[in-house]
Amino acid sequence: MIRHLWTGTRMLLIMIGLVLVYQAVATGLAQVLLPYQANGSLIRRNGVVVGAGPIGQAFTAKKFFWSRPSAASYNAAASAASNYGPTNPALLKEVKGNLAAFLKANPGVRPSQVPIDMVTSSDSGLDPDITVASALIQVPRVAAANGLSASSVRALVVSQEVGRWLGMYGLPHVNVLRLNLALMKLAQHSGS
Amino acid sequence: MTIPGILGILLFTAVAVAIAKPVGLYLYAVFNDGRTWLDPVMRPLEKRIYRWTGVNPSQEMRWTQYFLAILAFNLVGFVVLYIFLRIQAGLPFNPQHLKDVGPHLSFNTAISFMTNTNWQAYGGEFTMSYVSQTMLVVQQVLSPITGLAMVVAFIRGFSRKSGSNLGNFWVDLVRAVLWIMLPVSLISTLVLVAMGTPQNWLPYVSAHTLQGPTQSIAQGPVASMTAPMQFGDNGGGYFNMNAGQPYEAASAASLLFQSLLGVSIPVGLTYYFGKAVKDTRQGWIILGAMVLMFLGGTLVTYHAEAAGNPLLHRLGLKGPNMEGKEVRFGPALSSLFETLTTAVSWGSTAAANDSLMPIGGLVPLFNMMSGEVIIGAWGVGLLGMLAFAILAVFLAGLMVGRTPEYLGKKIQSFEVKMAVLAMIVPTFVILGFTAWAVSSKGGQAGIYNPGPHGLSEVLYAYSSGVGNNGSAFGGLSAALPFYTWTVGLAMLFGRFAMYIPALAIAGSVSQKKTVPPSAGTFPTNTWLFGVLLIGTVVIVGALVFFPALALGPLAEHFALWAGHVFGGGS
Repeated sequence: MIRHLWTGTRMLLIMIGLVLVYQAVATGLAQVLLPYQANGSLIRRNGVVVGAGPIGQAFTAKKFFWSRPSAASYNAAASAASNYGPTNPALLKEVKGNLAAFLKANPGVRPSQVPIDMVTSSDSGLDPDITVASALIQVPRVAAANGLSASSVRALVVSQEVGRWLGMYGLPHVNVLRLNLALMKLAQHSGS
Repeated sequence: MTIPGILGILLFTAVAVAIAKPVGLYLYAVFNDGRTWLDPVMRPLEKRIYRWTGVNPSQEMRWTQYFLAILAFNLVGFVVLYIFLRIQAGLPFNPQHLKDVGPHLSFNTAISFMTNTNWQAYGGEFTMSYVSQTMLVVQQVLSPITGLAMVVAFIRGFSRKSGSNLGNFWVDLVRAVLWIMLPVSLISTLVLVAMGTPQNWLPYVSAHTLQGPTQSIAQGPVASMTAPMQFGDNGGGYFNMNAGQPYEAASAASLLFQSLLGVSIPVGLTYYFGKAVKDTRQGWIILGAMVLMFLGGTLVTYHAEAAGNPLLHRLGLKGPNMEGKEVRFGPALSSLFETLTTAVSWGSTAAANDSLMPIGGLVPLFNMMSGEVIIGAWGVGLLGMLAFAILAVFLAGLMVGRTPEYLGKKIQSFEVKMAVLAMIVPTFVILGFTAWAVSSKGGQAGIYNPGPHGLSEVLYAYSSGVGNNGSAFGGLSAALPFYTWTVGLAMLFGRFAMYIPALAIAGSVSQKKTVPPSAGTFPTNTWLFGVLLIGTVVIVGALVFFPALALGPLAEHFALWAGHVFGGGS
């Protein structure tokens, strides 16, 4: 056993060395070949970092398309889910609250029209996406708040749609941050 | 359930079966001195490592020596990781100035990564410095290989005509690191980065969001951890929410790539097994039994998740259960991944298991309780399945009254006793600890969801620990000392209660002469045996948990559809 421990210690040191080499080579190659993704796919606007493409952020103003509810308050340094079980009254309370807020902000929408992803919190608390249906149902509110026509905003949503991968995997969705950036651009051009 | 969703699940399964043979052939070349395209680079390095460590590669080990070498290597790995976690604040590469990890959590985490469990009672982005994450990667590289070496040794016991040696652990370890783990991890890292996973050593980014407030965005060497984590079926994610965190799996394509990585070695091993015992049908039947059980479980989970929560439907809402799910994955891919996470035992999650529907959560629980043999992690999955196969031929032998044999070796009382031991110990540990937790103050304090769901949380925790899985019903306060210690012990029991009997069986059968099949031999390369194997897994492996499942997820299921909630009236 002592002999094995001695061999094991030397073996572990070599393995740690190999992992360090692996980490260094991986980081080096990633930084040289794919610097944008390797550094977090950050999105800049007028030179300022406004977020990261894959990471969701909170949108609650009327003029923006809303993100999904988040158990992490969109803190991208502490991802979290609600972890509410399906029979937990806290889940019902949360969803009821989300639904009421959504209906209030989008007058004329009935509960049965609200896509379920808009009132439930995501796994990471950082879901960057909403389903296409969730974006479309917000179009009248967003268009009115930005002084845009509903048809132009609807066309914007459709142009941002990401379909199912291979036609099978995931839900058709839009990235909320990218959609809102495109929306701001559209409002700027047609406004002033 | 939608047609694209079902097609996606079927396509993934087909691809997983299709890669079994090429992966198996490569594994065979690596462990049997065959030729591979990596030889020119790796052979000289391999020789040098043996020289530095004083290993004589031609010296073979008996099963006891092989086990002691594994034990020694695990022990050293545990101690070194524990020390690094305890002193991380004083080490460089800690831009967020994270504190030392406490003693309870360090113990739990070091055991967890050493045993290939990767149970995480912490959130990575707010607990671990970059040095600590790297030391976790060391165990993510090494711990799956311990399992792989185990099954390679086990198969040698069956495939060798005579002799009592099972190979050399250090050689199996070094070859697996150089030829399998590191090259695949390196390529996969780059694929993941291309799909949106960061790979840097920078401080966290502060972004000025469009609405005004700043958002701190965690960074780090995420891709180079995710690659071996997923390839080695470890499961310990860089971030708290693991593959749900969009940096770790930025798209459905990325999640599928990671799933394929995770499933590759386990399915390849079934072909390796068949080739090693010189009858590839033996391997295909085992893989067939695994895939059938996996597919059944996935469709059940998907059905439950797609049906959605009737309590929410009462509010007028429609649609699937999206609480704790990401839009880019949706219910079908989430169900596939959450079933895979306990079937292949990688333990990383892309949806909140605690928020799955009761039946959606029951399937992952069942996968773990049946011993993580439905595909299973590197080596240990096949090992568990072969223990079930020994029981299956024993049961078949009882029915016709003959001495059973498996792969030409007589199965006698010693082998059956060991196989049963490998199943009984985990059962006792899971049910014993669960009973203790739900009947003690320390255990109850950690339960998050009220009612039967709370029992499911605790059952899940110990099943995950014993099965060396690592996924969790995340609401449980796993960082409480009660759970860090009991789950820590469960992980150790689960690992070694499997290793010792398995190697003992291998050592015992390796000394037996191979007997040629006779008219009374029960053939184990037929679908009849496949069905018998599934029956054994379900009846022997999981039925013992039925009362616990009835009180947890099943009770919750029926209450839910009757309109009940727990702990808040109405």
